[in-house]
Amino acid sequence: MSLNNDKASKLREDFPIFLSERDGKPLVYLDNAATTQKPSFVIDSIAMYYERENSNIHRGVYQLSENATKKYEQSHKLAADLINSKKEEMIFTKNTTESLNVLAYSLGSYVKGKEIVLTELEHHSNLVPWQQLAKRNKMKLKFIPVKKDLTLDYAAAEKLITEDTAIVSMNHISNAVGTINDVKRIINLAKEKNAISIIDGAQSVPHMELDVKSLGCDFLAFSSHKMLGPTGIGCLFGNKKILEEMDPFNFGGDMIKTVSYKGATWADLPWKFEAGTPNIAGGVVFGEAIKYLQKVGLDNIAQWEKTLLTYTLERLKEIKGIQLFNPGIDHSAGIVSFNMDGIHTHDVTSLLDDDHICLRGGHHCAMPLMNKLGIAGTSRASFYFYNTIGDIDKFITSLKKIRGVFK
Amino acid sequence: MHRDMYQEHILDLYKEPLNFGDLKDKTEEKRGYNPLCGDDFIMQVKIKNNKIEDIKFKGTGCAISIAASSLLTDHVKGKTVDQVKKIKAEDLIKLMGIEIGPVRMKCALLGLETLHKIVFKKEGEATTEEDE
Repeated sequence: MSLNNDKASKLREDFPIFLSERDGKPLVYLDNAATTQKPSFVIDSIAMYYERENSNIHRGVYQLSENATKKYEQSHKLAADLINSKKEEMIFTKNTTESLNVLAYSLGSYVKGKEIVLTELEHHSNLVPWQQLAKRNKMKLKFIPVKKDLTLDYAAAEKLITEDTAIVSMNHISNAVGTINDVKRIINLAKEKNAISIIDGAQSVPHMELDVKSLGCDFLAFSSHKMLGPTGIGCLFGNKKILEEMDPFNFGGDMIKTVSYKGATWADLPWKFEAGTPNIAGGVVFGEAIKYLQKVGLDNIAQWEKTLLTYTLERLKEIKGIQLFNPGIDHSAGIVSFNMDGIHTHDVTSLLDDDHICLRGGHHCAMPLMNKLGIAGTSRASFYFYNTIGDIDKFITSLKKIRGVFK
Repeated sequence: MHRDMYQEHILDLYKEPLNFGDLKDKTEEKRGYNPLCGDDFIMQVKIKNNKIEDIKFKGTGCAISIAASSLLTDHVKGKTVDQVKKIKAEDLIKLMGIEIGPVRMKCALLGLETLHKIVFKKEGEATTEEDE
């Protein structure tokens, strides 16, 4: 069942936040790359878990605890299935940032190579942890350049990834400018050189079908809150062989098999990497969000967001002095970054807010990219499947009004 | 409503800022930077006999930050360093003649914080807040 405007409007009814208005103006939420809204069953499930099911996992032999354990583990299975992996390869963390941080930390003692390759499109969360690892391990950081059209320079990547490359880490979709990167191509280059490949899937997993087996990456990180789920739950998929060989990130309760005064052995995967009582409610409810997304269909989501993107790019042409930072329909996810000549992004987003339209303005945690583009930041509209043509119309009308204010 | 901030006089000051550009005979300068939205100023002053003889600023910023720095630079010309030290956020907002919410307050105050760094002789750049 593919999505259209009527179906998107209908799905929107599942999200209570869209029922509220401000000064008679409905919410137009176009900041989905930052976080998505939550459907009522996700909100209700959190309360329900605490009201009826709350207990600690992997400990009690009573039914309540067994049930919580089952549900928490079931969510790992759901997250794993979503990207065609296995439960033992799916570690829950706090968010994408934490996934990448713990990975950068643990890989420090695992890898032996000299170089880390990233791209110039990275979010700070897939840049700063590697800068720190490079400092600790005396490794060199290299960057696959972004071209003027905001796509990556794959020819340059072929030369940058060499026998010396230990790690290649890159985003699948740029949160700042929307570019969908050909990750498979880069993963293949990494594989040829026996380098570990890591994908930041924060912007892709919620918006498209993704299969880690066909991509062939060693790691993939993403966040629950960008795909209808609660905040405080993130995922790290890892290649089983590496996870078995790699040291845990954290030590303590729940991640051990046996402990003596002298030492300890580790629990089976993925629990080896989940020390201490985790965000159980968040994990359980994230599973519910995944089921909902699968019902809507990730392919349908991708296709509807493409329709919204096409419509937005077309309608933006009606406004004078729009500077787009977008790789074009063929290479772009549902993210539109732009500036209006003579109007600062902060003024644009403030005035949009007057019409209860939410966009992000600023550097989008990609300061080096903004510097490269020679700008301080952009205004960014980012879509999800519950956005409608009506949202875009209101957004365009508001931009025209703003143009009028700064005439 | 944010729109209420964008009064005619604020927009005029944004389009044609006062004291904008390079000060050739500056005695001191500092950078002010607001990472939240990328406002980035250099403030240059000529201080002689403990007095602000001349002042200019340059850089990029939103309407609120540019208008605020325009008004501020005009206001402090001819004032003593001690007088400038005593300028408070409320004084500047009063000069602007508009109401400013907490989020945009950082934009409005960037110029003043930069100038205060100069007169209080503090090290480093003036920044208003860390980002997300």
